[in-house]
Amino acid sequence: MSVPESLFFFLDPNRCIGCESCVQACSECDTHKGHSMIHLERVNRYESPQTIPVVCMHCDSPTCAEVCPADAIKRTEDGVVQTARKPRCIACSNCVLACPFGVPKMNTDYELMMKCDMCYDRTSEGKRPMCATVCPSQALFFGTHAEIQALRPRSRSLNTFQFGRQTIHTKVQMMVPREAPVMHIDVAAAWHDPQGEDEQDDPMLSAALFELPVLSN
Amino acid sequence: MAHLPVSEIQLADHFGPHLAYARGVRLECGVEPDKLVKTHCCFCGQQCGIQLKVKGNEVIGFEPWEEFPFNRGMLCPKGVKRYLQDSHPDRLTTALMRDPREPGGFRRTPYTDAIQATADAIAKLQSEHGSSAFAMLSGASLTTEKTYLMGKFARVCLKTPYIDYNGRLCMVSAGAANKKAFGIDRAANPWSDIIGTEVVWISGANVAECAPITTNYVWQAREQGAKIIVVDPRITPLARTCDLFLPVKPGRDIALFNGVLHLMIQNDWIDHKFIETHTVGFEAVAESVQSWTPAKTAEVTGIAERSIRQAAEWWGQASTSFLMHARGIEHHSHGVQNVLGAINIVLASGRIGRPQCGYATITGQANGQGGREHGQKCDQLPGMRDLSNPEHRAHIARIWDVSPDDLPGPGVDAYEIFRKIDQGEIRGLLSICFNPVVSLPDNDFIARMLDKLDFYVAIDFFLNDSAQHADIVLPGSLQEEDEGTVTQIEGRVIRINQAVDPPGDARQDWRIIQDIAAALKRPHGFTFTEPREIFDELRRASQGGIADYSGITYEKIEQQFGVFWPCPSEDHPGTLRLFEKGSDNPIARGNGPFYFPDGKARFNQADYTPPKEDVDAEFPIILTTGRVVSQFLSGTQTRRIGPLVDQYPEPRLEIHPQLAARLQIADGDWTTITSRRGEITLLALVVKSIRPDTVFIPYHWAGPLSVNRITIAAQDPISKIPEYKVCAVRLTKAAAPPDGRFERTASGLASNGKGGRSA
Repeated sequence: MSVPESLFFFLDPNRCIGCESCVQACSECDTHKGHSMIHLERVNRYESPQTIPVVCMHCDSPTCAEVCPADAIKRTEDGVVQTARKPRCIACSNCVLACPFGVPKMNTDYELMMKCDMCYDRTSEGKRPMCATVCPSQALFFGTHAEIQALRPRSRSLNTFQFGRQTIHTKVQMMVPREAPVMHIDVAAAWHDPQGEDEQDDPMLSAALFELPVLSN
Repeated sequence: MAHLPVSEIQLADHFGPHLAYARGVRLECGVEPDKLVKTHCCFCGQQCGIQLKVKGNEVIGFEPWEEFPFNRGMLCPKGVKRYLQDSHPDRLTTALMRDPREPGGFRRTPYTDAIQATADAIAKLQSEHGSSAFAMLSGASLTTEKTYLMGKFARVCLKTPYIDYNGRLCMVSAGAANKKAFGIDRAANPWSDIIGTEVVWISGANVAECAPITTNYVWQAREQGAKIIVVDPRITPLARTCDLFLPVKPGRDIALFNGVLHLMIQNDWIDHKFIETHTVGFEAVAESVQSWTPAKTAEVTGIAERSIRQAAEWWGQASTSFLMHARGIEHHSHGVQNVLGAINIVLASGRIGRPQCGYATITGQANGQGGREHGQKCDQLPGMRDLSNPEHRAHIARIWDVSPDDLPGPGVDAYEIFRKIDQGEIRGLLSICFNPVVSLPDNDFIARMLDKLDFYVAIDFFLNDSAQHADIVLPGSLQEEDEGTVTQIEGRVIRINQAVDPPGDARQDWRIIQDIAAALKRPHGFTFTEPREIFDELRRASQGGIADYSGITYEKIEQQFGVFWPCPSEDHPGTLRLFEKGSDNPIARGNGPFYFPDGKARFNQADYTPPKEDVDAEFPIILTTGRVVSQFLSGTQTRRIGPLVDQYPEPRLEIHPQLAARLQIADGDWTTITSRRGEITLLALVVKSIRPDTVFIPYHWAGPLSVNRITIAAQDPISKIPEYKVCAVRLTKAAAPPDGRFERTASGLASNGKGGRSA
């Protein structure tokens, strides 16, 4: 059995609260006990508590598989990109370096690239993936397009991403604001510029700034 | 008696906290469990449904319980990893007697000997110094059956007025204010009422970290158009995407509520008909907020005037709403006043007692609600009855088969118990489910008081930081080793089901209490053979009271996924929502929806006063405290679960870059935080998500990492809740890590050596 065609994995970073429930629960999944295939990105803790769970996006044409010299990474018919096949994987980490989303991890103990298989043991039995089941904010959601549209009328799902000249279509759907246009950002626009940061320019806190108390030291 | 039996390092080597990780069968794939037990999480007040996987006599993992309506399978990381507390290497499996000659400071002792020694010590102490020389501290993570038994044991068996519980540190301010305003202390609405409202107001509640599942309710409300207003000194993970963030200066919540009520009245955003029909006292409160102009409110609260106006406009003009608060407004020396201020803006809006018109405090502990209803509170009898009310005493005395005259009067709050130890009035103590050395403020004093006791017996499943001071430790039960009921955040009574048996000599807590009663030769009323019998007596005891459980049965709970109290008869389905039109209650008897004889809610004047210890030139910075998502309360359980410790290994000092720059403190610097009580040294985490006049430290750790060494023991005069959320400190960059730091780390006492993961 495979992941049913009507069911999709939706990722909604707006909702993420950084609790790591997904990370902790992933390591309880019955195909890879003790190993979590999710990691949590803290975008910039200095600026904000924003976090993003990073799960495999399950690309239609997976870069990890394309760069694998041993042809160890397979995508099954239901669109799920699998962990590298143990007899073939040579632990070269090409996939780790190449994935534009930063997903695969090399388990050096096993000399094996391991990654999310969309909870094959659960989804093949009609259950939801472990992470999407437990996620307290439902930043990770597993269900049909009709369900998510009904639950989240202010958002729409995207599954096309642009990395330089590479266009990637994914099985996993990213929730974005319904009205906002899709932007392809020039890397230079997000360049770190120490001159550009202004600590006063903090719209939430500066709205309420007040005289600091007299400090004794 | 004085001091710990051996050094902290030796205690830690023998009793932990050691870190448990999945090993053996817990790591094997494809293992078929012997059974899946439907029960609830052992941690916070949300009490998420969970299924425990059991093999042999061990919990080996979990499976989400998607049918349980509150959380539908959702769990926070604590719930996911809770199974690692079972079969833990630190687990107490025998009774222990203090013995400094033993390497760990305690000698393993046959259970019956320890029970007899406990009973002998209690009897001797009470015969020499009177019954009231012995006190009890109990907890709100116990099942309701156990909390009922603790109250009964103190009053009937020990005949002492001195019992109180750690709910005193939790939501007692909310409880007291709810009784003053509504005559009843329970979340007024089920959480399903959050979804579909126009405005969700969250004051002083770090929902994402302390009640994580509630996040989905709030986000879902937002998807359907609700505006989310968050009031907090920090941009918490939920505040990050709220519609309006009000960065209140700690200790100034009443001022904000008064300022909002002022604008509601000025703009006529109030429900005149509701106020007239269903409330009393509005005029006086309206007059009291006249001076709370937006300008004055902004000045006192440190919130921009335009934000206050915006909040009042959204709140005032909404037709549906849900207001929630938690410890952020309750942990104050004016905690009851804060909550009354919140209730005033709810009552003025008229939006309560209807679908999508809600109000609730977010209870903190597993049984925060049930634990405050049935008699382990110092002034209370079962069914939320009053220990000083002659009718209530007579009713309970009849159930307990004792004379009302034999019931002691009201005792004192948990902190006052320690002051009475200091004064020599209390000389013996039994504690269960309470770790005061970590959780009470100014806790160096607490440790000294435990050492001052003539006799201290602790019941626990791990040797917690307080039990290390005990003469005798009795091995109690984990949540999964017993059955019973708890009442969760919404007022829903649910079933805890037993998954495994207690190991070795460990016993279910209610059996230990009954064994002590038997050894004291006072077994009358303590011969229950199972929790169901205790529950049936509790049902009768609560009958006719406000928290009426008489119609609740274990079977009905399972059939309905819980029963909301009050439930006065077996054919009654329970009360999903309080104060609904036409709803009856035993106090109003048809006069109205609120729990007073006239059926009307009370407006209460909530006057602003500053915190007990405000900042000054010597201590110029506000310290506030709270939780992180991966730890729970004093950490007795969660500091022993490896993956949770890895997630946030040790407390960090959160500090705004402006303040950090002034003090020349950089991210990752060791920083000494000093108050009038003492000092601790922690790593700084420089973040823009906190007010520049305030620093934050989470409180789950012991010893040199315990922020409660420096918090103030100021208390609310009505509820006696301590003021954890505000005291005055100064900060200095520390030249070096604190003494003993690395030895501690090596012994596993403080951290796993991984360091923080932040910034």
